[in-house]
Amino acid sequence: MRPYTYAAARSVGEALERAGDGSAYLAGGTTLVDLMKLEVVSPAHVVDITAVPLRGIRRGPRGLFIGAMERMADVAGHHLVAEPYPVVAEALRQSASPQIRNMATIGGNLLQRTRCGYFRDPATPCNRREPGSGCPAVDGHNRSHAILGTSDACVATHPSDLAVALTALDARLSLRGAGGERTLRLADFYRLPGGTPHLENELRPGELITGVTVPALPWARRSTYVKVRDRRSYEFALCSAAVAVHVKGGVIREARVAAGGVGTRPWRLPAVEEALRGRPMRTETFEAAVAHAADGARPLARNAFKPALLRRTIVRALVHLAG
Amino acid sequence: MEEQSQDDGVSRRGFLLTSAAAAALAATAENPRPAAAAATAAPAEVVEVALEVNGKARTLALDPRVTLLDALRERLDLTGTKKGCDRGQCGACTVHVDGRRVLSCLTLAAGLGGKAVTTVEGLAEGDRLHPVQRAFVACDGLQCGFCTPGQVMSAVALIEEGHAGSEAEIREYMSGNICRCGAYQQIVQAVRMAKEEA
Ligand SMILES: Cc1cc2nc3c(=O)[nH]c(=O)nc-3n(C[C@H](O)[C@H](O)[C@H](O)COP(=O)(O)OP(=O)(O)OC[C@H]3O[C@@H](n4cnc5c(N)ncnc54)[C@H](O)[C@@H]3O)c2cc1C
Ligand code: FES
Ligand code: FES
Repeated sequence: MRPYTYAAARSVGEALERAGDGSAYLAGGTTLVDLMKLEVVSPAHVVDITAVPLRGIRRGPRGLFIGAMERMADVAGHHLVAEPYPVVAEALRQSASPQIRNMATIGGNLLQRTRCGYFRDPATPCNRREPGSGCPAVDGHNRSHAILGTSDACVATHPSDLAVALTALDARLSLRGAGGERTLRLADFYRLPGGTPHLENELRPGELITGVTVPALPWARRSTYVKVRDRRSYEFALCSAAVAVHVKGGVIREARVAAGGVGTRPWRLPAVEEALRGRPMRTETFEAAVAHAADGARPLARNAFKPALLRRTIVRALVHLAG
Repeated sequence: MEEQSQDDGVSRRGFLLTSAAAAALAATAENPRPAAAAATAAPAEVVEVALEVNGKARTLALDPRVTLLDALRERLDLTGTKKGCDRGQCGACTVHVDGRRVLSCLTLAAGLGGKAVTTVEGLAEGDRLHPVQRAFVACDGLQCGFCTPGQVMSAVALIEEGHAGSEAEIREYMSGNICRCGAYQQIVQAVRMAKEEA
């Protein structure tokens, strides 16, 4: 690990003041400390925000607000989350391990970095880590990589399960920087890699995520998160699906579908949602609706199974919600 | 978990430390790595941290890069907490901070001012083992024993969290602790036994 100076902030103002060129905020540390050890990131200054009161899980006029410093375990177990938004609680409970969920925060989770082995190994090239150095994953070990939203410069997936659930629910981020506050749809926050995979999102230097708002969506009580992975637990998704349906009289009125493990960012599937709308809630509908889920996908040498896996994962989530 | 003294009076840990130091010296002589050079050249910042470890007040002056795991093992001589992967992937380093189980390898010690840390050394009361420790002994919940301190710390927390309801739940909530020897069956049994006693 490279040397850095360390300071703990007690308020948002103090955190913003202490942040500067080459600084990094420390929340749960489960991404940052790991990547500093690997020397994938080497900030000159670490600003510890664990004492900054970005807390609270509460219902407001615009939906459910979750403070950025709330821990994954506490959010997963909270009744204001688990009852109205099962998809969020299930995504969190299937993330990482109990120990990590006790440490990791909602803000940090949304800013975690890709698990691509080349990104994590500074001895290899990686356009995301070192712009212009190349992407060995395109022709290398790419079984776990993305098939949607990829470019010749980068095929890494976004690894957060929570982000997939929040994308399905159209959540908004509250951000606070030196220039004031702003809000952004999570869907507009993550960038596609294109030719600049090192620019991962819209966060400005020194800006803080202060919280997430999940819009009120009464029918999201009928929602679920299905995660397919190489191990039963404590493993990232090969493919996942966050699905919510509004069913009335056996007919699907509204649907939300987003996928993880397949895209360079959390992947909303509006075409699948559209194909579900107005159809009976049964397997034939599901099979037909997912037929085009992977349209435009660019499978790689070792992950040609992913388009079919994506379709099956969404169907499994829908079957679960039908049952 | 006391380290055993060997016949020549050199503990295994003492021997390992000496060998590691010798290896490090050899590495610097033959192959001075630029990263290591930069680390020594930079003005070393020191952060002072006052925390409680197993009920005792401790004050440490630390490089801000030091993890809780390294502080426990290298500074406080509490070597019960194990370093498996040092990357958050195995659970061997599990300890409790303010009563919650966390990974000490991904926790910076600098941020622990005012916190209470419990390690596996802090579970027993004198010679009387914690019920979870007794259950691990009774059920043979280990083979090589390297993962055991982490398993025990996780199991203690899991029972308090109320996540030891069924075998499936125990397996899921113990999944953050990998056992290379594959003693899982007996570990699950031990957790069930300890839960019944609790
Ligand atoms: C072994 C392992 C397995 C895992 N498995 C999964 C999994 O299955 N699913 C999953 O979703 N995740 C998984 N994770 C990732 C884990 O969820 C993230 O590491 C964690 O959520 C990051 O949160 P943190 O609070 O620890 O962030 P930190 O490490 O503290 O921070 C992460 C990044 O976000 C920045 N940051 C943090 N908070 C803020 C804020 N409020 N404002 C601005 N910037 C901020 C930091 O500067 C840093 O760049 C796993 C991690 C490990 C180590
Ligand atoms: S040593 Fe901390 S998780 Fe492996
Ligand atoms: S007993 Fe050997 S690793 Fe678990």
